Amino acid sequence: MGIAGYTGILIMVAVAAAFGGVVVLLSRLIGKRQESREKLMPYECGIDPTGNARRRFSIKFYITAMLFIIFDIEAVFLYPWAVVYRSLKIFGFIEMVVFVGILLIGFLYVWKKGALEWGSKSI
Amino acid sequence: MGLVEIGIVLIKAVVVFACMLLCVAYLTWLERKVLGHMQVRCGPLRVGWHGLLQPIADGIKLLFKEDIVVSSANTFIYILSPMIVTGAAFAAIAVVPFGDQIEILGKKIALNIADVDIGVLYIFALSSLSVYGITLAGWSSNSKYALLGGLRSAAQMISYELPMGLSIIGVLMLSGSLRPVDIVESQDVWYIVKQPIGFLIFLICGFAECNRNPFDLPEAENELVAGFHVEYSSMKFALFFMAEYAHMIVLSALVATLFLGGWRGPVLPGVVWFMLKVFALLFFFVWVRATYPRFRYDQLMKFGWKVLFPVSLLNILVTGLGMVLWG
Repeated sequence: MGIAGYTGILIMVAVAAAFGGVVVLLSRLIGKRQESREKLMPYECGIDPTGNARRRFSIKFYITAMLFIIFDIEAVFLYPWAVVYRSLKIFGFIEMVVFVGILLIGFLYVWKKGALEWGSKSI
Repeated sequence: MGLVEIGIVLIKAVVVFACMLLCVAYLTWLERKVLGHMQVRCGPLRVGWHGLLQPIADGIKLLFKEDIVVSSANTFIYILSPMIVTGAAFAAIAVVPFGDQIEILGKKIALNIADVDIGVLYIFALSSLSVYGITLAGWSSNSKYALLGGLRSAAQMISYELPMGLSIIGVLMLSGSLRPVDIVESQDVWYIVKQPIGFLIFLICGFAECNRNPFDLPEAENELVAGFHVEYSSMKFALFFMAEYAHMIVLSALVATLFLGGWRGPVLPGVVWFMLKVFALLFFFVWVRATYPRFRYDQLMKFGWKVLFPVSLLNILVTGLGMVLWG
């Protein structure tokens, strides 16, 4: 289809973005506004919020994000392989078994280390 | 590409967008109605015949509500993030084909907005983009609940994106293309028959990606009040809401395209078949919400990483072996 197909995507993204902008602007203009100090405080079950929300959070989220990047790159490598798989035949199959096998060893290591555990057993 | 072609694309984009908005609005009605009847209630009944005008009333109400920007929030990101989420959710529909080519005034018109070779990849790219919107919304609100909701949401969505991306590789191997139209046309037998495991994994991950029950932890009402959008009001809140439903529609459309033969079917025209499949899937989304309780967070992550991820790899292996052995 070439580059011409992407015009549609550009137009669709523009329409969607414009919709978001217009709607937010509209509610800003016609919604009534009556602000007070209490109303503009972050919600914390009705009491005055204590401290800042931007504090340290669990390292687990960070580890999850790192693992995601590693294995998502694996998935991205699989995409072009999958598209031409029919013409690669048995050669392509063995190649991919080796590639995924190496990454699986890493996955098993991560599993044994406890990086996938949440709660009391987690690292 | 001439002006006429661009005009046609523009008309298609606006029509599809309007249809999506209408679908989103009435999906909320459908959900409340179906949930109601499943719990032996009536659901919305007052506004219009059987509550049919309820979504419109809700929309107008939200538009007139007070628009609050929390004083300690990071204003620019706070306003931007609902737009990112909505934009990503709505723009993803661009590559999904609704039907075969039709002829209007002697011009052949393809029933999708953009016919690109990497269509499936494009949808995945956009659906990952909404993770940014949600995380930024949680962070920029500068509220503890919102931050926790945003973090949970990000971790959940990226964890389930992985098996989701892997689960469709079987389909890509069979069809040999990333272009949605090619994938639909190669399905003489629906891929759900050849790829049942891939279909199941994709569907489960879809629920997690949309933050739907049983994976709606990011917005778990009784522990995080509302998760990442707790500080949002008025139309900004509505944008998150609409994005969630739009995401559901895009996902159903994708499942229909990849696994259920897209627009193909006997007797009825293609668009009707496509809509039937999409709405059957949307009904399934609501049905699951009425049936299952919520996962615990550690169960959710364990299930994603220790079950779905290995199983989806195994699925690729079996598909590859099968194709080598039986062509």
